[in-house]
Amino acid sequence: MADAVMSPPPAPGAVRSPGVPDGRHHFQWMIGIWLVLMAAGEPIIYFAVGPHVPPGTLTSEATGAQFDFYVLLMLALPVILGVWIYMGYAIWTWRASRGGPEPAVGPYSWGHLGVQVGWIVSTTAIVLSMFVFGTYELAAASGAGGGQGPNPLFTPTAHRILPVQVIAQQWLFTYRYPTFGGFETNQLVIPANTEIAFHVTSLDVIHDFWAYQLGVKADANPDYDNIAYAHTTNQLGNFTVRCDELCGIWHGAMYNTGQVMSVPDFTKWAASTEKELAAATKLLPPFAWTYTPDANGADGGYYPDSNDPYSNVEVYGAQKVKL
Amino acid sequence: MGKRIAAVAVLFCIAVGLVVFTAMDYLRSNPPTLNLAAGHRPGQPVDLTLQTVGTIGFGTHPSWVSYLTRSPDGKWVHTTLWDVPAHTLVHVTIFQYDTGGPLRNQFLGHVLGTVGGTMTLNGKTVSLIDSNAGNGVAHTFTIPTLGIDVPLAANSSTSKNLCGAAPCTPNYVHNVITFSFMSPGVGQYPWQCFLPCGLGYLYGNGGPMQSIGYMDGFMKVVS
Repeated sequence: MADAVMSPPPAPGAVRSPGVPDGRHHFQWMIGIWLVLMAAGEPIIYFAVGPHVPPGTLTSEATGAQFDFYVLLMLALPVILGVWIYMGYAIWTWRASRGGPEPAVGPYSWGHLGVQVGWIVSTTAIVLSMFVFGTYELAAASGAGGGQGPNPLFTPTAHRILPVQVIAQQWLFTYRYPTFGGFETNQLVIPANTEIAFHVTSLDVIHDFWAYQLGVKADANPDYDNIAYAHTTNQLGNFTVRCDELCGIWHGAMYNTGQVMSVPDFTKWAASTEKELAAATKLLPPFAWTYTPDANGADGGYYPDSNDPYSNVEVYGAQKVKL
Repeated sequence: MGKRIAAVAVLFCIAVGLVVFTAMDYLRSNPPTLNLAAGHRPGQPVDLTLQTVGTIGFGTHPSWVSYLTRSPDGKWVHTTLWDVPAHTLVHVTIFQYDTGGPLRNQFLGHVLGTVGGTMTLNGKTVSLIDSNAGNGVAHTFTIPTLGIDVPLAANSSTSKNLCGAAPCTPNYVHNVITFSFMSPGVGQYPWQCFLPCGLGYLYGNGGPMQSIGYMDGFMKVVS
């Protein structure tokens, strides 16, 4: 059937038939080339490219994202190879210098019902399967590291969760640890093999907390507690935090480096930092899930919502994470 | 006819050229860069002297708050761009002439990244300022990518001899802040004030807070 589409046009007035006028099975040739390249390409993606696909394996969410990219690559290869092979084969085989047919008009522009239906069905099936796959991956991985707002739809099943508050402001990220006395630091340190709840908020404009190698990305909005979950694996190492929302002159310099430590090392770090910063922590406002800048504008301090005399915004402090 | 078309084309090109030149000139207009690395001997520290003023008093934005830098020949220059040598101790002295208030984030009341984690405020060693107490904080000197932060204690807003226009002299009420830090390897390091001091702008973060030469600048570390 497909050979009819690929074959030279019938004489004017002739009835189209699925024959092979030039004696060559073009469709079979293309399928053959496609199968050979697929046989070579898919293992290359699986074994050589796959392990290097970002964002890495520091968290289950990052590992999940890596797997998703991986699946998309494996699915995309047959499609892109099919398009390129057809295009290359057509350009080579039916080029004008070899007596190729008129491309713009004539029988070749009539279309072919079988090919059209096949194309629509196959592409629809691929897109729908990716939709189902993507939705499952989003739900199964507790939101896949994305910010879910103050009342997350997809929550982790872990019994112990470490809350870490991410505070963005022009142009710096700082972090508060409510389970360690609420100290605030410019270092993001988290333990391995632990479920982390990042509570992302902002003191001024909209920022975006993007811990790239953790597979975590959540908008930082003022007066909003945006929660993103991530479960660290046993892998230790550093990761980069960047602002991913254009936020002013130093947006490009709004980044720092975080670290995944072993649980004993993290506990030691947190305890010593809590002690070291005890005097400074006393000067901080009481821990709250969001803080509202002074409505007067310049020289504004930051206040827990309930303490700010200028604020009438909703208090999200009731949203507690089970520890 | 042909000459007329050619004349119109030439005039059009000149007009476009003028527009492009003006736009590029505006975009490339930066304050001068003070080269503190010139003549530097390896192993010797360099001195960086700054002042902060509530209103610059001249230029295109006379009402804006600003930093100024003292050049090696002792003149105050309206700039926030400096070249310093790599891996060198930088001694910083800041004459702070402005009033202040609470920091948006009290975390920045910490002295961070300086030698010993401290600064001196009018001769007294300090490692933390409560910006919600006393006169508060006027500005900060912060290089986020190097983890350096120094809060600059404010003067009382009821003081009678506040400086109204730069450059200010020590006859006006002021605080003297000193600290040192090690310059890193070669590179460009943005620095800024973290107290939203852009009066009249949303959350105090516009105007001078987003302008090179006022409350933002670059420290260029050279070999």
